[in-house]
Amino acid sequence: MTFSQRSEPFSVLLGDKLPQREFKPDNVQLFLYNAILWNAHRIHFDETYTTEVEGYPGLVIAGPMIGDWLHQCVEDWLGEKGRLVSMEYSNRIAAYIGETLHCGGNVIALDSDSQEAQVEVFIKNEAGEIVAPGEATVLFVNKG
Amino acid sequence: MKTLLSNELLENIGRQSGPHRELVTRRDIKKYAVAVGNLQSKYVEGDQAPPLFHVALFWDVVGLDALSTDGLSKDPLLPKFPLTRAMAGGSRMDYVRDIYPGDWLTATRTLTNIYEKKGRSGPLIFYEVDMEIINDAGELVIKEKKTSILR
Repeated sequence: MTFSQRSEPFSVLLGDKLPQREFKPDNVQLFLYNAILWNAHRIHFDETYTTEVEGYPGLVIAGPMIGDWLHQCVEDWLGEKGRLVSMEYSNRIAAYIGETLHCGGNVIALDSDSQEAQVEVFIKNEAGEIVAPGEATVLFVNKG
Repeated sequence: MKTLLSNELLENIGRQSGPHRELVTRRDIKKYAVAVGNLQSKYVEGDQAPPLFHVALFWDVVGLDALSTDGLSKDPLLPKFPLTRAMAGGSRMDYVRDIYPGDWLTATRTLTNIYEKKGRSGPLIFYEVDMEIINDAGELVIKEKKTSILR
């Protein structure tokens, strides 16, 4: 489907793949993320507590940060061609510092009347398991 | 079926917290965008807030004495549930208007639902919290629905 309202036609097809991107957060990134939130949950910065008291294998990557990467996956693909209208996601499996995660997705529905596309996105771990699945709606319009 | 949900517990449906009004600053946007590894310059430069920035803007700034040993604080919106182990839930965000530095935003959270389902290994309690974010003109900016699961 080509979005004809645009001066430069932008073509999107059902099944189009979103570019994959790797995420390898370290404890500095995790610290900065939780600091800007004011989230003092110890499992994100105190490794001794996290492994010995809570029994996790390592520092736990914050769930909403993984949710943010789903958003970035969609927006890096979309660029200035439109806007993200909605996102639905869940954190299904925990991920830990030291793991390499990656995002990806594909276009699952197109609506030429509303100029919207439905996009399925995911964050996977090295074992190929989906850590966080998501579904986004994007609207292709010229931004003034 | 025997239920875990007493009438007293269910009476908490409709409970609200807020309104909570906060100022969006370029500096906070930059910090957020850098911390999540955002690649888009409009966000990293702080010209516009990326989606999910509202998570940082409206996270409760509690005092040190309100934090328990694990570093968490109690969510004053929630009643005491008969189950306590949190399982992965889900969130849905509707992004209605873009957010820019200088915007004043007001968030109101509402406990909109509490219900029970039978899980494979016992009962599960689901609860939903809606967050509605409006600007000073009263226009809707973001609507978020968060579903949490306890087992």
